[in-house]
Formats: sequence, structure tokens, C-alpha cells
Amino acid sequence: MRVKLVVQRFDPERESRPYWQTFELVDVDPTDRVLDLLRYVKGQIDGTLTFRHSCAHGVCGSDGMRINGVNRLACKTLVKALTRPEAGSVEIKIQPLLGLPVIKDLVVDMEPFFRHYRSVLPFFISHQARPERERVQMPQDRLRIDDGTKCILCACCTTSCPSFWADPRYVGPAAIVQAHRFIFDSRDTAGKERLTILNAPTGVWRCRTILNCTDCCPREIQVTRLIGEVKKALTVNRGRAVAITGESSTGVR
Amino acid sequence: MRTHVFDAVIVGAGGAGLMAALHASQQVKTAVISKLHPLRSHTGAAQGGIGAALGNLEEDRWEWHAFDTVKGSDYLADQDAVDILCREAVEAVIELEHMGLPFDRTAEGKIAQRPFGGHTNNETRQPVRRACHAADRTGHMILQTLYQQCLKNNVTFFDEFELLDLIRVDGEVRGLVTLEIATGELHLYHAKAVLFATGGYGRIWQITSNAAALTGDGNAILLRHGFPLQDMEFYQFHPTGIYQMGILLTEGVRGEGGVLVNGKGERFMERYAPTIKDLASRDVVSRAIYLEIEAGGGINGQDYVFLDIRPETVNHYFAADGKTNPDGTPRQITADDIERKLPDIADFVRTYLGIDPVLEPMPVQPTAHYAMGGIPTNVEGQVLQDAQGTPAPGIYAAGECACVSVHGANRLGTNSLNDILVFGRRAGRHMAHYCRERELQTFPLEPAMAVAERLERLRSGRGGIRATDLCAAMQGVMMKHVGVFRTEEAMQLALAEIQRLQRESEQIEIDDRGKRFNTDLLEALQTQNLLDLAQVVTLSALARTESRGAHAREDHQERDDIHWLKHTLAFRRPDGSVELEYKPVVITRFEPKERIY
Repeated sequence: MRVKLVVQRFDPERESRPYWQTFELVDVDPTDRVLDLLRYVKGQIDGTLTFRHSCAHGVCGSDGMRINGVNRLACKTLVKALTRPEAGSVEIKIQPLLGLPVIKDLVVDMEPFFRHYRSVLPFFISHQARPERERVQMPQDRLRIDDGTKCILCACCTTSCPSFWADPRYVGPAAIVQAHRFIFDSRDTAGKERLTILNAPTGVWRCRTILNCTDCCPREIQVTRLIGEVKKALTVNRGRAVAITGESSTGVR
Repeated sequence: MRTHVFDAVIVGAGGAGLMAALHASQQVKTAVISKLHPLRSHTGAAQGGIGAALGNLEEDRWEWHAFDTVKGSDYLADQDAVDILCREAVEAVIELEHMGLPFDRTAEGKIAQRPFGGHTNNETRQPVRRACHAADRTGHMILQTLYQQCLKNNVTFFDEFELLDLIRVDGEVRGLVTLEIATGELHLYHAKAVLFATGGYGRIWQITSNAAALTGDGNAILLRHGFPLQDMEFYQFHPTGIYQMGILLTEGVRGEGGVLVNGKGERFMERYAPTIKDLASRDVVSRAIYLEIEAGGGINGQDYVFLDIRPETVNHYFAADGKTNPDGTPRQITADDIERKLPDIADFVRTYLGIDPVLEPMPVQPTAHYAMGGIPTNVEGQVLQDAQGTPAPGIYAAGECACVSVHGANRLGTNSLNDILVFGRRAGRHMAHYCRERELQTFPLEPAMAVAERLERLRSGRGGIRATDLCAAMQGVMMKHVGVFRTEEAMQLALAEIQRLQRESEQIEIDDRGKRFNTDLLEALQTQNLLDLAQVVTLSALARTESRGAHAREDHQERDDIHWLKHTLAFRRPDGSVELEYKPVVITRFEPKERIY
């Protein structure tokens, strides 16, 4: 099929503002990934087109970008997902993720995103003595954190969030998902510190449950639900005697 | 040009680099530089599990793991190093759990384990549950956990810095030349020691499970500095890549009961490995698939077979084989088990093939996956510079880029992850010890000037050759002629073509002449690295006139222990030619014998 690939270009070294460039591609297979199209353009038409990519199957998180107005991984988006089966041609519009400074073309500066990530103590903390063997964790306690552990920090969620666009000081959904993974880990003992961080004006209360994050997550994480669980834990910590969700034997320490 | 001063610099931030960084940074001033953000490293793509004889579900011993590893290696692994790997794998897995890694759990809350190819109970010879797993994203969890711990321990990172060269004076390391990708500026690292954890080079082949980043940069740079590369003819093709895409479908699929089926609906591995069938080691299974296809057993006469994890198929063969759970009940799987234990596999297949693995079998073909060979090191991670095993002071390597050798001619599944942990840790510690005992030496700027000139020549080249075209030509010829099966004639053709492409690579012309985030320039450099490695792979493979592990010669079908029970060392001479030397294999407890699964 034919694809009109419309890409936002911008090299701040040489250009004063972004512009759209169109590449007309023929003989595109509907099962091609959008990344395949970008690779083709870079290899055969214009080597200056710049984007990050590596694993090409949705696990490294390098190639998050805005494709037809939705944040997606270019390697996990097939052309056929962007068109109807009977259509002979399609226009695909690609922009960098919104809300982060553009370095060049589709490459954004991820540092503000990772700064938020680092702010929530995204690492295991235990003040208990290390046993000789593994710590015991029951399967249902492990299941409690399963969803959040899928996160690959591609930033699709955070950069699709209007609250983040409105105020980049908001830690954003990805950082909350990472915090959630430790807050609800039955082995971790620093849940309270993380909850205090997320109770700040830049924390979870900025979430207005718009659900863009959940809709676009390439790992299909229930982001809004995890944020809701953190909010609920904060409400509980304020003194209301409500069990966290009753799903698990795990509490917040 | 900017200069940074550290005691130790680690290149690469996958599992080996991060593990080394965690241990070295506790003792000396350490930097980690990586061309990718660490969380993008390819360790994150590892799926099925990490091998360690914890014995959580049934009896197991590290000595059995060691024998399986040596047998899997077709007796080419160094057995002293294999003992260290398998013994220390147990404590490495416990260390990861203590770092918070969310392993799946048994009903009693212990780390869960599953069967994997080539891992057996040495007494019954049946598959043993040894692969510790976190769903089918074990590598993702390892990468995340190690990076998290590095943040906790304030490790210094330089993300998106490309390695360009090593600086040495009179054979002694003084540091590195790198390129800050975002700015195009050169950054020099003045250090007492460096550690290469730069990963594999699967991008030499057309069908590969490897990420675009796996271009063997560390190996190619050391090769040009006169260091040998060991056992480069041994490259693993994983049996189950998604047809035509190469995306990995973990051996854990077969660990959970999945079977390979040919066009006639036969479970053909029963014929090639009567005892452990679909869980034979990877070289054996990949060859079986090729042979089935050659005999007309592909699906619809095409060049692929099916990997079938549908519950009705799996339960049929569980019953036929009399498989039981640890408590003696018959083993069974449900559709829900597949979603829970193999969620990413199910997702890949649905996304890329539009197939539901619960209802339909998955088309697969062997995919270039893992380099057994690489930079020779001893068990402390020190790089060895000659056939006598003389360590190069201050230069270390660990992970897939290195060759200890624990994988020999064929790596067992799950043994890449314990390798990066065990030898990443050892190399990090030894390097820290080395740095503490030494003063920082002077740092010459001339080598960096030469690198800057080379870069400028490439940036302004007008030869008209596109790097992508060279890369595609190399990948095609290597897939066709230096793949699962090899012959003298085919490899001579490949060699001539690779040498032609190497000459053409001097005429590369890039479109992007800017400095900022110039991936066009980086891809040109990486193509040159891959071509130099393809040459070494082909020459090493041509010389070895036997079949062993992943190196299968149609014109020399038998293993030949009399002439070839030895490691290859390939040296590149200044004129670009390659010379081969050999060194003995370390054999301790396990005498080479015939390898039957």
C-alpha cells in the first residue's frame, strides 16, 4: 500500500523552528512497523532523519513518539493498525513526544522525565536483616506489584498527560507507577517515604484521571488504577481506617 | 574536547556493566558510559530465566549445572570457569532477590524455577527446574533492578556516549575517547582501568533477535589494537525466532511444555533428541529445524516450522510423556497459565503476527542470537592478550562481549544472565583492587586528535557508498553462507564478499554532516565495526574443519577432539589481514564424550 509519512523535522543547530516533511512511500506492507518506515527513509532517502530505536519489539522503550496524535512505540505500531484494511493508502503523521525539549527531529531530552523518576526513590529499600537465602514473598503478594513491574520507562504515559503538559513539575504517571511497584512490595520498608513524596503538590493529586496514560501504555499497564491505589493509600495514612483494597495481605508500612 | 578523570571507566550499561559498576563504585571513583540510556540495554530483552541450582522445586546441584554447561558447550568451555559460574550463580540470584528483584514465587514463597533447554537432573537425565524467572521478562527485571541499585548507590553515568577508541601508551591503558551523542563533542576519559561490557554483535546477520545497538563496538576496537578475539566461529542461532522478523520467543515456551511441529504435524524433536526432545540444547534444535525444512518438512513447504503452546497440544504430550508436578499429580497447563507465565510472548505474537497463541501455533525459524566467542578473559575479567594467557594490565571485559570461556561452542539457555552477574561482579571487584594499587599515569592527547581526524574524514566523505547498503549486503551473505550450516565453498564466497564490503566501507558517504545527535555518522562507524567482526567470524569458521556445538560443517560433520579440542584466537594485523592461533581448553572433571540428548 501507499503511505504518506509526514514527519516533524527540527535541527536546532541549523533551523529556527520545526517544520513538516512528507515522504511518499510505495509498496508498504500493512504489517510493517512504523519503525520500519522510518528506518527505510533514513537508510534510503534522507540519512539526516533522526530518531532513537534499539530492540525493535517493544521492550527497550527507546522509540516512543506521537503517531497520528497518540503516543506509541514506533516498533510496536503496525501500519495496518493506523488504517482500515480496504484502504489503499494512509497518511501517518509523526511528532516527537510532547512536553520535553526537542534535541533533533524525533529525539527529545529525556532528562526531565528521568529526574522525576529518580525523585520517588525508585529502588528497593529494606531495613530488615538480609536472610541467608531469598526473602519469602507469597505469590499473591508478588501479584500485587506485577502490573507496575512491566514498565519500560518509555515516557509515553507522562508525555500524554495534560496535567504534565500544564505543569512540568508534576512527577507524572511513570514515576508514580515506579513508586507504586515498591510501595506495595511486601518486602520493602520505605513505602511511607515514597507516599510523603507523592503527597506533595507535585505528586499524585495532580492526576485528574484523564486516562490518556492508560490508553496509550505500550505495556498495557493500568496506570490510572495504580495512581488511584496510591491516592487511596495516602487517604488511609491520613487516619481513616480503611483497608487498602482488600486484595492482598500486603499493607503499607 | 573535554577530559574527565576517574579511577575506572566501564563501557556499556547492560547487566555486566551495571553489576561491575555496583561493585567497583563502592571502592574507587567509577564512571559508566553507554551509547544507550542504561534502561535501553539489551539485557532487558532476555526472557525465560536465569540458571541457578537453587533446588527450590526439586533436587538440584550446582555440579549438575556445571556438567550440563560443559556438555552444552560441546566440551569447549573451560571447566574451571564453568565451576565458578555455576557455584556463584546461586549466590548471584540471591543477591538479586536481596536487591528487590520481583521473581515469580512458588506456593511457599520461594523463587520459582522452570525447566530450560539442556538443564538436567544428571541422574535421571530428565529436565530439571533450574531457570529462576520473573514471568517472561526476567532480563527486564534484572536490568531494572541493577539500574535502580546503581541510582541508590550514586553511580556516575554518562548516558548516550559512543565509544570511539582506547588510549594506550606502551601497552598500558590510559583511558578512552568517546563522543557525546547529543552534542557531537569528544569526551576523553583519563583512567587507570577500563572495562568493556559492550554486548554482542548479532547485527552481522539478517535474521536476528539482537537490538540495533548490538554492533560489537568494544570487540572491534580491541581487535584493531592488536588484541585477539576468541572462538568467534561459535555463534548461537536460537531455534525459535518469529518467522522473518527474528524476534525471540523464549525457550521458556518449551520449558512450559510447548513443542515444535513440522508441516506433517509431527513433533520432530522426538527423533533428534529422544530423551529431552524439545528441550535439547539450542544448536541441536536449530539444526533439526533446518534439516526438517530441507527434507520438505516446513509448514506449507516454506522455510519455517510451528512452535505450539496450545493447551490441548501441550497436555496431550504431557500425558504421553507421563509428566508430573513436584507433588506427583499429572502436569497440565491452561490458557490462563500461558497468559500469566508468558505474557510478553503472547503479546509479541498477537502484535506482530496477529495470532492468538492459545488458539494457533506460532511460525518460527532460527534467529542469530548470541556470541559464545569474544574478548578472551580470565575468571577475574582481565583481558588476555596472547595465547599464553598474559593479562593486559588495566583492561577488563565481561558479559556477551567477553569469552571466559564458559559457553564454549554452544551456550545453554539461562547461562547468559548468570554469566553477566557472576563475571560482571568479579571483574568489577578485581578492577577496583587494581585501581587502588596504582597511580594515575599521564594522558596523551595525540590519539584523541587522530580519532577526531578519522571522524571528520567520515563526516565529510564523498565516496557515494551508503552504510545501510553495506550492512544489508553483509547481513544477507552471512545469513546465507555463515549461518547454522557451513561449507568451505560457501564461506569462501562470504569471505570474498565481506572483504569487498570492507574496502567499500572506506568510501562511505553520509547525509548528515551536523554535530548534534548524528546517528547517520554513528551507524557508519558501527557498520565498519560489524564488517571487521564478520571477517573474523568467517576466517575462524573456515579454519575449523570439524563440527562442534554451534559450528556445523556439512563438509566436516564430526567433532574432532584430536585436532580441534582447542580455542581459536584471531589477531588482526596492521594490514587488515587476520592470523589465527590456538590455545588449549581447560579440562578438569568432565572428559569429552559423545553428546546425546
